[in-house]
Amino acid sequence: SLQFGTPRSVFITSLIPVGTSIMAVEFEGGVVIGADSRTTTGAYIANRVTDKLTPIHERIFCCRSGSAADTQAIADAVTYQLGFHSIELDEAPLVQTAASLFREMCYRYREELMAGIIVAGWDPRRGGQVYTVPVGGMMTRQPVSVGGSGSSYIYGYVDSNYRAGMSKEECLKFTAEALTLAMERDGSSGGVVRLAVVSEQGVERQVILGNQLPKFSTV
Amino acid sequence: TEEQCWGTWGKNIKCVCFYRNALLEADINKLGFSSPAARKTGTTICGVVYKDGVVLGADTRATEGMVVADKNCSKIHYISPNIYCCGAGTAADTEMTTQIISSNLELHSLSTGRLPRVTTANRMLKQMLFRYQGYIGAALVLGGVDCNGPHLYSIYPHGSTDKLPYVTMGSGSLAAMAVFEDRYRPNMEEEEAKRLVRDAIAAGIFNDLGSGSNIDLCVITKGKVDYLRPHDMANKKGVRTGSYRYKHGTTGVLTKAVTPLNLEVVEESVQTMDTS
Repeated sequence: SLQFGTPRSVFITSLIPVGTSIMAVEFEGGVVIGADSRTTTGAYIANRVTDKLTPIHERIFCCRSGSAADTQAIADAVTYQLGFHSIELDEAPLVQTAASLFREMCYRYREELMAGIIVAGWDPRRGGQVYTVPVGGMMTRQPVSVGGSGSSYIYGYVDSNYRAGMSKEECLKFTAEALTLAMERDGSSGGVVRLAVVSEQGVERQVILGNQLPKFSTV
Repeated sequence: TEEQCWGTWGKNIKCVCFYRNALLEADINKLGFSSPAARKTGTTICGVVYKDGVVLGADTRATEGMVVADKNCSKIHYISPNIYCCGAGTAADTEMTTQIISSNLELHSLSTGRLPRVTTANRMLKQMLFRYQGYIGAALVLGGVDCNGPHLYSIYPHGSTDKLPYVTMGSGSLAAMAVFEDRYRPNMEEEEAKRLVRDAIAAGIFNDLGSGSNIDLCVITKGKVDYLRPHDMANKKGVRTGSYRYKHGTTGVLTKAVTPLNLEVVEESVQTMDTS
């Protein structure tokens, strides 16, 4: 039968859409989240302008990595559950609640799912927060978190360049540069960089096109 | 294992499909037969959003392995008066899935009293395909026009969807996407959009072995649908220029022996069927 890519491809040969670089950073007053825009089926790019930053609630987002089908289904389910919960409470939901809902689902069905999710947002009680829910269903809060197949290449960059107490602009620059480096090295990541700032004021989204990405020296 | 299949997602289908199919396959092989090959549609399907709506396109070849099973099958399926869906993958799966969602959407539309939205059809399709964990091999291009304008979705067998201005699916999707990436512009006119989709499907037909025959188009605008089948007969069968028939008398007859078979009618009974 006709297949995408060669069987001995160096990429993770998968006929299920996968592949990504995602990142989230806390700052005083909110969070900055970012993602690349590539979805691959084997060696073919099924969508080169994917939006992996999915709103779960007004001021809570999730960054999706792993199987596109699994993460879309989980995000839809959690959006419903969180919306219902918020209406019952008559209050804005906590980011921790959203992260817990993700964790519940990702842990309970860990054998069936391939989903690595970063939950980030702002709530009135604890301000900007980033929670990471990697494959397997662990949940932990981190000031900065990276995920997806491209994250392996930028742990060093992130660990050495992150400083506590960065401003919003510094966080945006930090995220854009980290994701650019990941996209440069990871075949399953690429396209454009999508950024979003979630704070008390709301959500500001931006796109950095391929030719506008920060340039690093190429040897 | 049984223990792994708990909860709504894992339990129902993965167990049932996996174990049932394995049992059937084992039994059939023991008896000496081979399980029938699923008829796939090979296929090039695509869709484009233009100024006034969407244009969906498809080839018309259905393959069973390396043999063409149907030279003129219809791959653009009706979902609702304003929504149509092209299907690639296993022919039975695309046919039945689109019919099920079409039926449910009609009931939903009667319940809401409104024309159905493309995003509703998308959600119904993705939730069903995800529930079956990819065992329903239906890769779809869903397009239509509703109260919020024209919309186009690509839906994968495992249940992920992408909302885009132009999409291609099937074995010929790479050839078709090459044409789109070269010539797509936002807000095209209808004629240009139809030409673009026609050329994209043609690229699939002539460069992919799994796609062939004619090009079907479906132009959906607000309040009107043009189902153009066929839009372009790109592979009309040629006319034979000569004939191999020999005239009577070409072969000389040496001897002739006629033996009549004596058959007598023993009993004749006519039973009319009530076809009212």
